[in-house]
Amino acid sequence: MSFINYSSREINCKLVYYGPGLGGKTTNLQFIYAKTSPEAKGKMISLATETERTLFFDFLPLSLGEIRGFKTRFHLYTVPGQVFYDASRKLILKGVDGVVFVADSQIERMEANIESMENLRQNLIEQGYDLDKLPFIIQYNKRDLPNVASVAELHAAINPTNVPEFEARATTGVGVFETLKAIAKAVLTELRRGSGG
Amino acid sequence: MFPEEQRQISSVCQRLHRDANAKAVLLIGRDGQPIAEAGEVGEIDVTSLSSLTAGNVAATGGISKILREKDFTSQFHEGEKTHVHITLVAGRAILVVLFDERSSLGLVRLRVRKAAEEMARLFEQVAKKAAAGTGPSILNEITDADIDKLFND
Repeated sequence: MSFINYSSREINCKLVYYGPGLGGKTTNLQFIYAKTSPEAKGKMISLATETERTLFFDFLPLSLGEIRGFKTRFHLYTVPGQVFYDASRKLILKGVDGVVFVADSQIERMEANIESMENLRQNLIEQGYDLDKLPFIIQYNKRDLPNVASVAELHAAINPTNVPEFEARATTGVGVFETLKAIAKAVLTELRRGSGG
Repeated sequence: MFPEEQRQISSVCQRLHRDANAKAVLLIGRDGQPIAEAGEVGEIDVTSLSSLTAGNVAATGGISKILREKDFTSQFHEGEKTHVHITLVAGRAILVVLFDERSSLGLVRLRVRKAAEEMARLFEQVAKKAAAGTGPSILNEITDADIDKLFND
């Protein structure tokens, strides 16, 4: 849940990157971390296994600038994508303001994408959220690989509600900041709408 | 959070810091957002500490569910020099006290209990105000142009 601190004049929001295992969620955060100026970012924390698979979450605090004298801070989290870490995924969704779903474009991961999307919807319900009412962006990652499904196929499979979608190659950064900007903007717009503004 | 309650919560943190002889006191939302702080926080990465503590409390809450327990309301981590006492306040926020040999777990527990009660009352007040719709106005003032400006390269 967004938090406005009037004494330090800050608006804090929580963004969660969700999606199937090895889809590129951590890579998105790593690219953002690498390309952001030191004064705009905090430390990136990765709670990972010895083989660098996300165990609990990755965390990256970012400052995006000021609105009306208030600093806007976004806390970016990823969830562990592997199926058996479902308990951890639920915990990270607590207080979420916006979700990015990082889909793996490879044909053989189509089923994993669908399963993860259903899992996201279900876990949000358990936390008292409705995915259709949350700021939500889909990223089709790994577009540079040879064995990818078309965007139309991916769209049909996991984006029936037509939320904004972006193609990406997170390893080289293509689409990474476009996705981040879109979700941050959607969250701020929703915050204003929710306050009756 | 409303400015008045924010101020009162900060002053409860400051009093707890003093009364418990603590190094530092932090209040964190359950989602990992820092809310208030007092004491020697200058050298601490408060943002990271908040996020990790919230993750820790959430994981402990998950364990309590599996064991069919109610939330475990407090945790204690004993370090060589610095110890950490973590308490869930009214199920809404996490109160973290960092302390060293200048204090003791008994004293910290005692002072935390009182501070947690005061904070719970303040949260109640905030919830009532929020329900009455007397919300802060900064969000109402934000325009599309403000948001767009933030994302201009």
